[in-house]
Amino acid sequence: MIAKQVSVFLENKSGRLNEVTRILGEAGINISAFCIADTSDFGVLRMIVPDPDKAVEVLKAHFFSVRTTPVVLMNTPNKPGALARALQVLSDENIFIEYLYAFSMNEDSAVVVIRPSETDRCVDVLTRHTDDLG
Amino acid sequence: MIWNDSIECAPRADLERLQSERLMETVSRVYHGVPAYRRKMQEAGLVPGDIRGIEDLAKLPFTTKGDLRDNYPFGMFTVPMSEIVRVHASSGTTGKPTVVGYTRKDLHTWAEVVTRSLCMAGVHRNDVVQVAYGYGLFTGGLGLHYGTENLGATVIPISGGNTEKQIMLMQDFGTTVIACTPSYALFLAEVMRDMGIAPGSLKLKTGIFGAEPWSENMRREIEQKLGLKAIDIYGLSEIIGPGVSCECEEQAGMHINEDHFLPEIIDPQTLEPLPPGERGELVFTTITKEGIPLIRYRTRDLTRLTYEKCVCGRTLARMEKCFGRSDDMLIIRGVNVFPSQIESVLLEMSETEPHYLLIVEREGNLDTLRLMVEVQEQFFSDEIKALEALRRKITQKIQSTLGISVDVKLVEPRTIERTAGKAKRVIDNRKF
Repeated sequence: MIAKQVSVFLENKSGRLNEVTRILGEAGINISAFCIADTSDFGVLRMIVPDPDKAVEVLKAHFFSVRTTPVVLMNTPNKPGALARALQVLSDENIFIEYLYAFSMNEDSAVVVIRPSETDRCVDVLTRHTDDLG
Repeated sequence: MIWNDSIECAPRADLERLQSERLMETVSRVYHGVPAYRRKMQEAGLVPGDIRGIEDLAKLPFTTKGDLRDNYPFGMFTVPMSEIVRVHASSGTTGKPTVVGYTRKDLHTWAEVVTRSLCMAGVHRNDVVQVAYGYGLFTGGLGLHYGTENLGATVIPISGGNTEKQIMLMQDFGTTVIACTPSYALFLAEVMRDMGIAPGSLKLKTGIFGAEPWSENMRREIEQKLGLKAIDIYGLSEIIGPGVSCECEEQAGMHINEDHFLPEIIDPQTLEPLPPGERGELVFTTITKEGIPLIRYRTRDLTRLTYEKCVCGRTLARMEKCFGRSDDMLIIRGVNVFPSQIESVLLEMSETEPHYLLIVEREGNLDTLRLMVEVQEQFFSDEIKALEALRRKITQKIQSTLGISVDVKLVEPRTIERTAGKAKRVIDNRKF
């Protein structure tokens, strides 16, 4: 499925991540998954939250640079080799991945967040291969 | 030596008579030759005949950098392009530079005033002058170059940068005079120390330093570290370039070449002329220039004048070291920088009002320029490589506009302090 990922621009200095999580916590927004991409000066915090529009609103109210990006959420078994099979399928279909991160839901399943070169085709390819990837 | 003592030591009355004649001639020439001047004079209800001498100077309207921008590139030139033999340019207040044109006679005048300046500084024809000002659109290099040749001294046209080679040539060619920015002089001293070269082993005796503000403390430091006499030279491309004025060996103010450039001091708020000795903004009227004569050009430099005869014998008016600006221009490594230039580069890229802060520091005697840009929505991309590309693009565009390197840092929105709704654009941490 396609989800709206919330991305926030952060300077690489202490307290900034804390500030974002505090604002979201006070607004009652849970962070399901996140990752940070960083350089020596700045970073981008990427998050999956239940209510992305509300997260954007509260962060903007605190003057953060925020935007949403469509990403693909893929359910996959939480066992060795499952991610490799999924990536093989995408690679075979020439879908490039800008970035990717994952979180496990429980002992049985995990969710992979993918930012592909082509969002719709990525969903399409994964849907077609549902049986192979299950 | 005094190069032209009939002018430089002339009684004030004789000089004023010459200035009056030349002013009247210039006013008539610009009125008939430049529509922008004619319009301004007409708006002030003036015809050339109303100006009968220097006592009428204050009747004339001012000229600003804005006028040069509005008439970019050649609209303020008084002669056809076939008469212009060279152009130079300095920073404008936006992306476009301020352009000036010289006729053959203008170049001759320029060489004359630079030669006078060199003589004021104690340079003579058996000196070896290393010109480490940049050669190119900037007036520093070529200005000093032709003045040195005109004097008959030997010129080493090495231009700026390449510090170790500069020092090697000083040793090998027996350089006696170095011409560069004062901050570069200190940098040279530092590199010499690193190379294990004692300034006493060189033949340097005089430094001709200009193109940026420097204090008496800096002068003492340069003189002590390089073992030479540090002379301040002043100029701006709009008026002619270096050589508008220069100190003599007394180091007691810069002698203005008043037979070519008529100085005034005004109150930058009321625009009223101030009496001699009062501090205010320096205004020049060029009274011999042909390519681009300027009437009451506001330099934005703050200083004061004295008309007392100097110990050296010259009667030319002297100006103090400039102690500031009446606008927001910064001079970084000899290059004029206006915050508005940066603003227009950022505007071009985003189409919304950018928030930025310029931080100027002096590290190891060299000025560094850091630019913090707030990453507003319109700049923000989710991908690091896009943000890095943005940073590189801003860096390149600003470097190509300003001509000096800049370290760009992307920062979060609202990081840059706003004072009463308006952002502070510049922090200058340099101590002059």
